[in-house]
Amino acid sequence: MSHGALLVFEITILVLAIFLGFELISRVPTLLHTPLMSGTNAIHGIVIVGAMLVAGLGHKDTLTTIVGLAAVVLASANVVGGFVVTDRMLEMFKPREREPEPDRDEQ
Amino acid sequence: MNRDLTNILYLVTIVTFILALRYLSHPATARRGNQIGAAGMLVAIAVTFGQKGIDSYWEILVGMVVGGAFGAVAARRVKMTAMPQMVALFNGVGGGAAALVSLAEFHLRAPASGHLHRDISATIVLSALIGSVSFAGSMVAFAKLQELIGGRPIVYPGQQVVNALILLGCVSAGVAIVAGYEQQWLLAALLAGALVFGVLFVLPIGGADMPVVISLLNAFTGLAAAATGFELENNVLIVSGMLVGASGTLLTLMMGRAMNRSIANVLFGAFGRVTTGAAAAAAGTDGGTVRSASAEDVAVMLAYAKKVFIVPGYGMAVAQAQHDVRALADLLESRGVEVSYAIHPVAGRMPGHMNVLLAEANVPYTQLKEMDEANPEFSRTDVALVIGANDVVNPDARNNAGSPIYGMPILNVDNASAVVVLKRSMNPGFAGIDNPLFLNPKTVMLFGDAKDSVAHLTAGVKAL
Repeated sequence: MSHGALLVFEITILVLAIFLGFELISRVPTLLHTPLMSGTNAIHGIVIVGAMLVAGLGHKDTLTTIVGLAAVVLASANVVGGFVVTDRMLEMFKPREREPEPDRDEQ
Repeated sequence: MNRDLTNILYLVTIVTFILALRYLSHPATARRGNQIGAAGMLVAIAVTFGQKGIDSYWEILVGMVVGGAFGAVAARRVKMTAMPQMVALFNGVGGGAAALVSLAEFHLRAPASGHLHRDISATIVLSALIGSVSFAGSMVAFAKLQELIGGRPIVYPGQQVVNALILLGCVSAGVAIVAGYEQQWLLAALLAGALVFGVLFVLPIGGADMPVVISLLNAFTGLAAAATGFELENNVLIVSGMLVGASGTLLTLMMGRAMNRSIANVLFGAFGRVTTGAAAAAAGTDGGTVRSASAEDVAVMLAYAKKVFIVPGYGMAVAQAQHDVRALADLLESRGVEVSYAIHPVAGRMPGHMNVLLAEANVPYTQLKEMDEANPEFSRTDVALVIGANDVVNPDARNNAGSPIYGMPILNVDNASAVVVLKRSMNPGFAGIDNPLFLNPKTVMLFGDAKDSVAHLTAGVKAL
């Protein structure tokens, strides 16, 4: 694929992701907004892929490797911390055990 | 690993992230969604390790263990009241990582000018700029929430002009780089400028506006990650970053709407100025009478009510009273009182903060009512028990066009037959805004630390 065609393709994906994002997030109840934030926090930890690529492909360039590794450290903290803390929170959300209430799906 | 296979596996990761967000639409499935997302992240990391040309495995692994261990320990230890600063911290490190990736990428690919496609250099500049602002801004937000520095807005004359000049400088540097002046020092200068801007931009924003700021910084880090995806021509980064960008943007708008303030007003309006005006206005409106009650009196009101609404605010979180509140609610329920909780969207220091605190205290989520659900029910409520909330129940927001919070949607607790306000003292709240609810003849005040007061109420109900 030529560079121009690739760029257009990437922009297409980006725009679709914007609409998908709004669609998905508007379904999340306010009840879960804090886990939503920490969960999306964990998701942007995907930047770890970029960090690994620059750290690993930095052929004999010390500066690139060092900066890349620093990025790996930060991104790993982001990924692990984000998923763990979200799991901890979501574990706490429980419905009432006695007299279960009807589904609140329609909100 | 073959490039096509790599991209297919990255698509698997994208799908898991989409499912993770989809499952968040209901508390019963949310946890599973998060686990699916985590599995998808593992796939992406494994696939990246398998890519052609990757070396320095050991260094990367060590880096992951160091960062991951820090993240895991912090995430395990953090108290639920401290969740806003934890989210700010993880958000900041993500932004920092994106900025570092673009710095390394620029160094690698532009040893001399004229090597880069314009769009690549543009996205490098963008992720460096947004990532650094997000990093520095999140660290200041963290410091404010952790009370390492004062939560009150820090303002000085000419602040906006200084900020605008720094931002202008960064943008000019970025434009120069994209125009072809691909110098390492220039990107470094841009990074440094963006860090300073990030600090100065969050400093003037007060603690009560933190829900907006944290959401916005969340969006920034997502956008920075998406820009990194363009640099590296990597779809999983573009899509995941943009999903987060959309989420943060939507939350920012929702928080702004819940405070009836434009985002520009929150970011550049420095709440301090509003505060001074409000304090002046408050001084003139003293004169109503405040009725104070004993814990025993309030216990009787609660015990013989049919329906009680608990309205928690940040004061409950500060006093760590959520477990005591739950104990009181349980006791009332065992006496046949119907108890629910009314949660304002901006109660606390981040979106949804109160829900997490109450869930931690084992309050079933079916008892937690959103504002739109709670408001029509107040007229059928015998007692509204306001614990450490102030602005979100202030009737001036509805009635007094001169109030700084006029127009902000509030919980209409004054529609209940009686209102009990648990408050430390008659000092005005964080925003320094006068609250006529306290002077309402339906209202009684119970002064003291929220945790102690709730414990006294529980003892009082038990003694009946």
